[in-house]
Parts: sequence; structure tokens; C-alpha cells
Amino acid sequence: MPARGALDAVSSGNSSFAASGVWNTMSAAQVEPLVLDAESAIAHGTGTLSIDASQITIMDVAGAWLLHRLVAAGEAAGRPVQVAGLTGPHEVLLEEVAENARPPIAPLPEPPYPIRLLNDTGKAVIDASEDIVGITAMFGQTAIGIFKLILNPSRLRPIAILHHIEYTGVRAIPIITLISMVIGAIIAQQGAFQLRRFGAEMFSVNLVAILTLREVGVLITSIMVAGRSGSAFTAEIGSMKMREEIDAMRVLALDPIEVLVVPRVIALMIALPVLTLLADFAGLFGAGLVSWGYIGMGPDAYISYLRNIVGENTFWVGLIKAPFMAMVIALIACREGMSVGGSAESLGRQTTTAVVKSIFVVIVLDGLFAMFFSAIAY
Amino acid sequence: MDMSANDYAISCRDVTVSFGDHKVLDGLDIDVPRGALLGFVGASGAGKSVLMRTILGLVPRQGGTIDVLGVNLDESNEAERSRVEKEMGVLFQHGALFSSLNVRQNVQAPMREHLDLSQQLMDELADLKLAMVGLNPDAGDKFPSELSGGMIKRAALARALALDPKIVFLDEPTSGLDPIGAAEFDELIAKLSETLGLTVFMVTHDLDSLISTCTHIAALGGGKILVLGDPKTVMAFDDPWINRYFHGARARAVLGGVAAREQD
Repeated sequence: MPARGALDAVSSGNSSFAASGVWNTMSAAQVEPLVLDAESAIAHGTGTLSIDASQITIMDVAGAWLLHRLVAAGEAAGRPVQVAGLTGPHEVLLEEVAENARPPIAPLPEPPYPIRLLNDTGKAVIDASEDIVGITAMFGQTAIGIFKLILNPSRLRPIAILHHIEYTGVRAIPIITLISMVIGAIIAQQGAFQLRRFGAEMFSVNLVAILTLREVGVLITSIMVAGRSGSAFTAEIGSMKMREEIDAMRVLALDPIEVLVVPRVIALMIALPVLTLLADFAGLFGAGLVSWGYIGMGPDAYISYLRNIVGENTFWVGLIKAPFMAMVIALIACREGMSVGGSAESLGRQTTTAVVKSIFVVIVLDGLFAMFFSAIAY
Repeated sequence: MDMSANDYAISCRDVTVSFGDHKVLDGLDIDVPRGALLGFVGASGAGKSVLMRTILGLVPRQGGTIDVLGVNLDESNEAERSRVEKEMGVLFQHGALFSSLNVRQNVQAPMREHLDLSQQLMDELADLKLAMVGLNPDAGDKFPSELSGGMIKRAALARALALDPKIVFLDEPTSGLDPIGAAEFDELIAKLSETLGLTVFMVTHDLDSLISTCTHIAALGGGKILVLGDPKTVMAFDDPWINRYFHGARARAVLGGVAAREQD
């Protein structure tokens, strides 16, 4: 049984109370309702309010605050207040609390719902436009950075670029080839299963080859890289931002765009096409395995069939998109990293935002490319 | 309960902590009297913070016993340990405020977790603690990333005091503060320790804090407590490191200043 505090009305007329027992943080939850009742009683009473505190055994800041609330309630009702029987330290404590008491700050009234809705909508629009401006600005700065590098190749940071190629490219090979292989196999299996009803199961190979090379290979790779490396870029740059490392760079006359963004953009623009190529191979390999087992097309037949149906252009359509995807992923991730604020929460939020935005933009960009290639009939 | 053990807020016996082969604390004994404002000094890397973290249970120890407020934390049951843990407040060196909560919510976090108070009372208590550590009323709505170094320390102290602990651990409370801010912080700690009857365990390098604020000083060296006593006793203690610490050029300047102030 935890120690308890008590507050009793001694006489009628709400003029005299006796506080006793333990008035501390641990008993505050139990004492608070007693104080609330007494406060309303005090507000309705008249004459001198006297509080006998001589039976309080233990008191700390929380207890002193509750006692102070009684005193304040009496003073608010315009009654003279006497507190008797406090021991020395408790009296100091009550004085200290009274000295630091402040009038409560009234919370700002919340605007009505339609106003808030308009407010949020406006904010979202402004944020989106700021995003577009920010990404465009970063694109321009990065382009200037790369242009400077072309003029002055000694400023290239080969080690940083190789480091990022290793982490975004080489280490992503197992997962990306595995996923592409499984997806190629699934498309081949579904295609063969559906087309079998028309006796056209051979065409499942056409389906999977064109789909993989034109769209799926590069899309799956870009989405994986956006999730894997885009988030890493945002977190790296964001935590540097949090610890003022970006500011330190600026002061040391190092351009953060040149030091942080350009190597990442270049590395990802090299790594993503290579990964796309591997994803294409893996997808076709998976499709070949399924075709072998499902429609009885052996490896030799599969390869020569592929040669007949896949034009060189089909292959290039997929691969040409990869560096563009890499660039938007890297730019969005770096930009989100740069806009991290001071808290751990904002780092997490920006990382999530970076992944969501870059996957969205990758898919939109893929759609634009599809329209472009069909317009030029490539 | 043994009454003699109860006179001490913290009582360590034969505490040994090592990281790999490196013995940081080697059979350390220390008794911190209740109500003391203990300054804890030692060379960098001597294990001051390790001892603090060991007492708090953040660092595992290889041997020894620690009694806090007369309770042996290894042998006590869950309820008793939780009660004692609520009697300890900590101000970490960099504040360690939760960055996703504003200052008022930071102060309320331990109350919300351990007590069953109304929101109104929690708001009032949080504002009261913030006022007691000398923060302006509008600081409560700010987030830790919007605060200056001194305000972070004050807000973190308010959070350490949220549950009205009996013992407060301060890890370099005045590091990173300007001399005026540091002096104010020292006064604040002394005042709080006096009015609230706190036992303060302060790891510090600030000679000003040690000499003007502390009632006791302990020096750590070689994994043991070299000496513990009032400032004069410690300064007179015959040990090469302590001699250099308290009688070097910087220390003489500080001591001279204190003496001059006392003559005024």
C-alpha cells in the first residue's frame, strides 16, 4: 500500500482544512481529487481560510504545488489565507513553488475545420511547388558541378565515386538479380498458362522478353535502388546535416553539392545501368527456366527463338532509361537529406519521403518514356 | 534495514568494471552522504562517467555491490528496484532530450509513464519545473533542436527533476556553457539541492563549480577513489595528480578569485 496524503475539512463554512500524511509525487494522483474538491469548496466560502499542515510528514515539489493550489484558490476568492504548522524545509519549498508559479497560458483556439482544410491544402501546394523548385535547383547545381569537373578533372573524387558504386551497385547485385529472375519466371509462367488456352504458349516468350527488356528490368531495378540506396543517401546526408557537418563544409569552402551530391549522382548513374543489364539477363534466365519446364523449350531453342523476336532496339529502350532513373533517384534522395531538420524524427520522415517520392517519380518517368518511344516508333 | 547504510544515498563496495582487458574501475569503494553535493573529478578516461553509468545500471559490472538509498539493487525485488529507480534523475552530458517531443512533453514523459496524474496537473508541474530551472514560459512549446546549449541543459535538468528524485546525477552540467551561464547553473543546482534536499552526484571538470558549489569532492584515479571529503581536505591531499589539478595555473586563478570574493 503506497503512502497516502489526506485533506479534511475541519469546520463547516469551508474555512478550515487539515492536510496530513504524504504529499509527494507518488501520492499526487491520490491527493489531486481531494484538492480539486477543496478548491471548489474554498471558492464558495467566505472569511479567513486556514490550512493546518502540521500533520504532513513528507512533502516534495508536487505536494507543495498542490498545497499552493489551495492557497491560490483562497486568494483568488479574495479570502485571507493562513498556512500553519509547516516544518522549516517544507515552508521553504512552498515559498519556492509560489515564487515560480505562473499564470497558465491559455491554449490558442483551434480554427474551424474548413479553415484548417484550406490551410493544409495550401501548405501541401506550396510544399509541392517548393519541391519542384528545390529539385530543379539541385539539378542545376549538380549540372554545374559536373561541368566544372569536366573543365577541371583533377577535382573528380574517384574514391568517393567508387565507394558509392560499391555500396549502391556491387552490393545490390545479389538481391536485384534474384528478384528479377523470380519476376521473369512468374511472367513466363503466367503468360504460358494464359496463352495455352489459345495454343499460343510460345508467345509467352515474346511477352516476357519484351516486357523484361523494355519495362520490368529497369523498373524493378530502379525501385529497388530507390528503396535501398535512395534511403541510404538521405540518411547519410541528413545525419551530416543534423550534426552541422554540411555547415562545416560550407565554412571550409567545400561545396556540399560537389563533395556529397555529385559523386553520388555519378556513381548511381554508372551503377544503375549495369544493374539493369544484369536484371535483364536474370529475368530472361528465369523465364528460360520456366519455358524449359513448362512448355518444353530447351535452352538452345529458347536462345535462338529470343534472337529472332528481340530486336536491338527493345534492349536499348530499357537501358537508355536507367541513367535518367538514377539521376532522379539520387537528386531526390540528396535533396531530402539536405532538408533534414534537427530532430531524429525529421530524419526518419525525410528518408521515408525520399523513397516514396523517388519511386513515384521513377514510375511517372517510365510512363513518359513509354509515350516518347511510341511517338518516335522506336 | 540497516540504519548506518541508510545514512548514505549511494554506497558502493568493491565495484569492478572492465572493458575487455582494460580494467576501468578496480575494486572501487565510495559512500555518498545524503544531501551532499558531490563533485567528482578525475583525469579524462579515468572512469568518472563509467562509475556514474554503473551506478545507474547502464554499464554491467564484473563485481561488487551497489546500494542506492539503502537498497541493494541486485538483491531487491522488482517493485523495490523500480521505486529506487524513480528516486534517481539523470542529466546526461548532451541533455539527451527526446528530439521528437517538445520541452514540456519531455518533462512530462516520466510522469506520464510512472504516475496517474491529470493532464492539467502534469502541465502545471511541468511548467513549475521549467520555471524552477529558470526557463521562460514559452520555452515549453519549443523543440530541443530550437534550444541553445544552456537551455538544453536546463530543460534536461527539469526532466531529471520531473519525478522529484532524491538523487540527481549530473554529467558535466556546465560543459559547453559560457562562464555566466555556468555560474548561474551552479547556483541553480546548489539552490535546488538545498531546497529539495537533493543528493547531487556531479561529474565535472569545472573548477569553479567544484570550489564554489560542492560540499564534497571525490577524486578518481587508478580505478579507485583517491580521496573523498570537503573541498579543503581534498585540495590538501597529497597526490601528484590532485596537486597538479588543484594547484596548477588555472586552479590558482580560480582559487584566487574565490578568495578575493570571500574577502569582499
